[in-house]
Parts: sequence; structure tokens; C-alpha cells
Amino acid sequence: MTVESTAARTPRRSAGTTGAKSTAGKRSTAKKSPSGEPELVQLLTPEGKRVKSAEYDRFVAAITPDELRGLYRDMVLTRRFDAEATSLQRQGELGLWASLLGQEAAQIGSGRALRDDDYVFPTYREHGVAWCRGVDPSNLLGMFRGVNNGGWDPNSNNFHLYTIVIGSQTLHATGYAMGVAKDGADSAVIAYFGDGASSQGDVAESFTFSAVYNAPVVFFCQNNQWAISEPTEKQTRVPLYQRAQGYGFPGVRVDGNDVLACLAVTKWALERARGGEGPTLVEAYTYRMGAHTTSDDPTRYRHDDERAAWEAKDPILRLRRFLEASNHADEGFFAELEAESEALGRRVREAVRAMPDPDHFALFEHAYADGHALVDEERAQFAAYQASFAEAEGDN
Amino acid sequence: MAETMTSTTSTPVKSMALAKAINESLRTALDTDPKVLIMGEDVGKLGGVFRVTDGLQKDFGESRVIDTPLAESGIVGTAIGLALRGYRPVVEIQFDGFVFPAYDQIVTQLAKMHARSLGKVKMPVVVRIPYGGGIGAVEHHSESPEALFAHVAGLKVVSPSNPSDAYWMMQQAIQSDDPVIFFEPKRRYWDKGEVNTEAIPGPLHKAQVVREGTDLTLAAYGPMVKLCKEVADVAAEEGRSLEILDLRSVSPLDFDSIQTSVEKTGRLVVVHEAPVFFGSGAEIAARITERCFYHLEAPVLRVGGYHAPYPPARLEEEYLPGLDRVLDAVDRALAY
Ligand SMILES: Cc1ncc(C[n+]2csc(CCOP(=O)(O)OP(=O)(O)O)c2C)c(N)n1
Ligand SMILES: [Mg+2]
Repeated sequence: MTVESTAARTPRRSAGTTGAKSTAGKRSTAKKSPSGEPELVQLLTPEGKRVKSAEYDRFVAAITPDELRGLYRDMVLTRRFDAEATSLQRQGELGLWASLLGQEAAQIGSGRALRDDDYVFPTYREHGVAWCRGVDPSNLLGMFRGVNNGGWDPNSNNFHLYTIVIGSQTLHATGYAMGVAKDGADSAVIAYFGDGASSQGDVAESFTFSAVYNAPVVFFCQNNQWAISEPTEKQTRVPLYQRAQGYGFPGVRVDGNDVLACLAVTKWALERARGGEGPTLVEAYTYRMGAHTTSDDPTRYRHDDERAAWEAKDPILRLRRFLEASNHADEGFFAELEAESEALGRRVREAVRAMPDPDHFALFEHAYADGHALVDEERAQFAAYQASFAEAEGDN
Repeated sequence: MAETMTSTTSTPVKSMALAKAINESLRTALDTDPKVLIMGEDVGKLGGVFRVTDGLQKDFGESRVIDTPLAESGIVGTAIGLALRGYRPVVEIQFDGFVFPAYDQIVTQLAKMHARSLGKVKMPVVVRIPYGGGIGAVEHHSESPEALFAHVAGLKVVSPSNPSDAYWMMQQAIQSDDPVIFFEPKRRYWDKGEVNTEAIPGPLHKAQVVREGTDLTLAAYGPMVKLCKEVADVAAEEGRSLEILDLRSVSPLDFDSIQTSVEKTGRLVVVHEAPVFFGSGAEIAARITERCFYHLEAPVLRVGGYHAPYPPARLEEEYLPGLDRVLDAVDRALAY
């Protein structure tokens, strides 16, 4: 039993295992730092100091000041967009909003690690990843305004529809990745999910399938410490990244507030996928700075001092410190970005306010690809019913 | 049921919202039966996203009011195990659209355990599901899947329409040795009504005439009962006398009460938020046609959702039965 199960936990991947690629891949997934805390991959400290990493530096070694400023810009604009959406909800323009505040580095770092031909399966909170994929921000808002249930074409940006049912999309990502492998393509797939989602059966099954089929998928878990009111301890007794070990693929915990580290670790995981080395679990250790959604009241279940501790690790601030200390950005850059931010806020606001309500008949559209007799019948009845009001008004 | 008794000064009749009535009912159950457990996502410290379990963990502790991992199949599956061990779990599914990871456990295990054990094993599990639309929510937060459960032998399916029923039906559901799927009309959570916690409730699965009438019977349950009352008010202004039946239970369905009413009025309109196609209204129409064919002056009509995915919030008014759509059906039935 023990011999067999050990063997089963370390599948030998058939293709593409080159020496260089597997260095990081062979790292123990349960490695502990000397303090006994789970090891956290970090390239930028909260103070903005660059720390060396033998395993991950190579993935960001060639990064230019321009690209660094780009990451900064992405995070600032994403935060601005998110704040605008929150206030649009307060103004009644949106029914609900799920803020990504605090998770910008995890999303921008992983999002910018992707190639255009990679495919993303998001939850409902991946506004930063959507930004990286070039999805129009106002598209995301349609769903939260209640004019559609998604609406964008997943294939136009290789960014799947937001998935609200927790965990479902990890299986879709795995299946998509199985297809990629069957096609012999070298693109990869990334599935986003939360710490809470890690408890779902679908997520466990996606780990099983991806391991068995050696699917080119990266499981990117944003452990923001909370699933609505439940802290991560209610979901797991081991650090989440260690879950991967039992399925036979590597797991890594990365500082989710460090955009460079998120970029590097995701690149590494994607490289493994492309190289035929199968799935990887990345646990981005971060914090949900805001409420779960605009409907939530976190004062009922968590203390402000926790938030304060994480504020000191702010993802945007730390990159700014680094950019300033290394003279990669000047006052002009920050001022220009500020203006761009404001313009984005305005654009989003206007787009949302101008968003028309859907036509009533949209109700009957698209449930089927090939049509359905009952839908046709009900649409006709609905039309006659609506027309009866027009007639009644005409009579008056 | 549980009509407020016209009562002595000491009777504890209180006005409370429907959510609060369920909260009180759960509290009573936790108080009186040490085997009762509350389980679900965010039910403890937060008190549930609708605050239905507010304060219960504080008063009864974490071992009785349990914040579970985020896994519905796990919630129902472990509730089954706890029931096997003699507990009476009351589990919360956070929203209607999230019951499906648990659907396997509910349909293949929970519903069948009693039959498979030839009655040796009881399954006193209550699955609470806030359901229905009208609150402007995002996808998966507004559905009415009761027919998917009523279709399964072994399950009982109920839905209160008012605080008093919410209190008493929950008491009875917890006492039931059969699994009960308890659909809570979430858009009525904040509606207030009188609850007498010392009343003697009528049977759980019996319908109730909430308004007497002679021209037509409106049958509904859960969130649609209130709408039917509004419809009857408008119809009364037009000189029409509608009888309203609050069905309260979808499985079993109280066909006798519907029959009695229809034999009097000769006309029946069934109203529910769930899609009409294969909905509970279809079953009612078929049975009532069988039972009262010669009393019917018009075909049984149904008002409900369309055969379409539950629409985004800005279209839900078009999708959901409203005053005009029900009145339209009433007019059509009366035109025969
Ligand atoms: C199957 C299912 N159950 C319950 C919910 C309700 N719900 C929405 S978000 C959430 C918590 C998710 O936590 P996590 O996975 O950590 O993601 P986060 O919201 O923190 O990004 C819950 C319970 C849901 N959407 N889907
Ligand atoms: Mg979380």
C-alpha cells in the first residue's frame, strides 16, 4: 500500500522535462522556512526591497523599467476601476460589487505572466486579470448591474465568463487544458479560485483529473484569508499549497501582495504546463481588504487590526517604493498615472450610466442553440400579452 | 396554520419578521432538543447572509451552530451521517442556486435511506433554502427549484408564506423523521406578522384558505401568497370574489383542500415563481382535472416563470409573476 501510493503521488511526466525547467519543479512542496512557517516566495519586501531568489529570479531577470512601470500602472488602474465600481453600487447603478481591493498584485502578476493564447477561467472577483486580458471593464459591470449574466465572448480574449458557483470553473479549466494537450498546442490554462473554494468537491476533482491527465493547467488560489465570514482555518488544516502534494503535483505559496513574485511564480508554473509537466498549484497569500461584496458587513466577524497589519503590506505601495528607490519612475509618471486613473473612473461611470436596460425579449434569447418549440410559444404569448397593454393604452 | 389564538393577555404573541420567526424557531429547537444542530456556510459568527441564524452560535456554541467548510455536498452528506448517529441537523444552503453540489447527496442518499433500510433508519434532516427572486440579485441567487425536489420520492417539500407559518412549520420540519426541504421565501424575509409561540399548529402539509371567495381559486405558496392577496384585492374592486389557498406544502400536496375549493369556485389559477413547464402547477392542474372535471368551468391556468434561464435582475420583473400577469390569468379563466 505505502509503496504503491508513494509511486502514485509522484507521476513521471512524459514530455518536455528539461533540466532547467524542473529545478523549481522539484522543490519540496511542503518546504518550511527556518521559523517553521510555510515558505513564502517573495521578491519584493513590503518596504520595496528586492530580495533574491535562486529559483524564481530568472523569470523576472529580463524585466525592464518600462515593464515594471506597466505593472504599477495596471495595479493602480485596476484599483481605481474597482473603487469606481464600489461607488457606482452605492449610487444604485450596480446591484452588487465584489471588490478586489488588496488583491491587485496577485491578479496583475499572474495576469501579466500569461500569453495571449493562454486561457483564463476566473471567479467573480478577477477584475485585475480581466484588465490584463483586455476585457472592457464595462463588460464586467453589466453582470453586476443586472443587464446580463456575463455577456462577453470568452473566446475573444481567452477569458471565460465569471463563475459565481464556487469552484465549478476549476473543472472547466482542467477540461480545456486536456483539450489543449490533445491538440498538441503549447498554450496553458489558468484557473482562479479562492481559499473557500478549495473545500469544494469540484476543486478536488479538478486536481485529480489534471494530475491523472497531466493537464497543462495552473491552479491559482488567491488565499485572501476569508470566505465571506469564515477564516481559512475553517477550510483547511494545512497550508493550501500543500494540498497539491497529495495529488502528485507541486504547490507553492507566493506572497500575493508582491507583484513581481506573483509574476515569476506564475511564469514558472505556466512554463511547466507548456513543457508537458502538468498542473501546478499556486497559493497567492493575500488579503481581502474590503467586504466580501457590497452586501457584506465584515465588522460582524473580523477585527480592524487585522486589516491594519495587511495595509502595511499593500501591493501598490511596495512597488512604488521599489520604483522610487531604483529611480525607475519619476514624479511625472505618477502624476500622469493619476490623471489617467481619473479618466478611467470617468469613462467607467459614464459607460455604466449609459448602459441600456435589456430588451424584454432578451429573456427568450439564447437558451438554446437550435431553438425550442416551447420557448417560441412562450415568446409569442409574451408578445401578445405585452401588446395588450399597448392596446389598452391606445383605448384610453 | 398556527392561527393566532384570540387570546388571553399572557399569550406570547409577538410581531416579527419572517426571518426572525425562523430564527426564533431554530432557537426553540436548539433549546428543547440537544440533538438539534445548525450547519452551513457563514451561519455561525455572521448569523447567515440573511441573519436567519443570528445570535445562535453565541448562545449555543460552536459545537451546535457550525460554520462548515464551503462545500454543499459535504454539508448534506455529513448531515446524513450525523442523522445516522441520532442528531437532527438543520442545514442551510446559502442560496437556491447553490444547492446543486448537494443534489446528489439529497437525491441519491438522503431521500432513499429510509426505504433502503426498510424503515430502520430515519433521516430527520432539514435543508433550509432561501429561494425565489424579486431582490435584484446576481445569477444563481433568485431561483425556485422546488419541483426538482418534489419530483423525488422520500423528500418532503414545504414553503411558508408568513412569519407564523415560518415559525411553526420549522418546528414541525425539525420534528419530522423524514427529510424536509424547507424553502424560505427570501423576498419576504423582512415582512412582519404575528407569531404565537404557544399556539397549537395544524398539520404541516395541510393547505390553508387565507381568503374566502366564490368565483375563482388562486393557489400559491411561499412568496406568491402575498401577491395573490393583492390580486384578490384588485379583483374585489372589480366585483370578483377570489378564494386564496396557501398550499404551504409542495410535497405532499394537499389536493383535498384544492378540490374542496375548486368544487365551490369552479375555476383554478396556480401561481408560482418556478418555471411553469413541469412545475408544481402542472401536477396540480392534472390532479384537479382528474378529481373535479365536472366542477371545472375553465381549464386550470398557471402563472409562473418561463422556460428560460432566470434572467438578469433588470429583466426579472418581466419573468416573475406580477399583479398584471395573475389578473390576466384570472380574466382568462373567468372568460370561459
Ligand atoms: C456553490 C456555492 N456555494 C456558496 C456560494 C456563496 N458564496 C459566494 S462567495 C462565497 C465565499 C467564497 O470564498 P472564497 O472561495 O475564499 O473566494 P473569495 O470570495 O474570498 O474571493 C460563498 C460561500 C456560492 N457562490 N457558490
Ligand atoms: Mg477567500
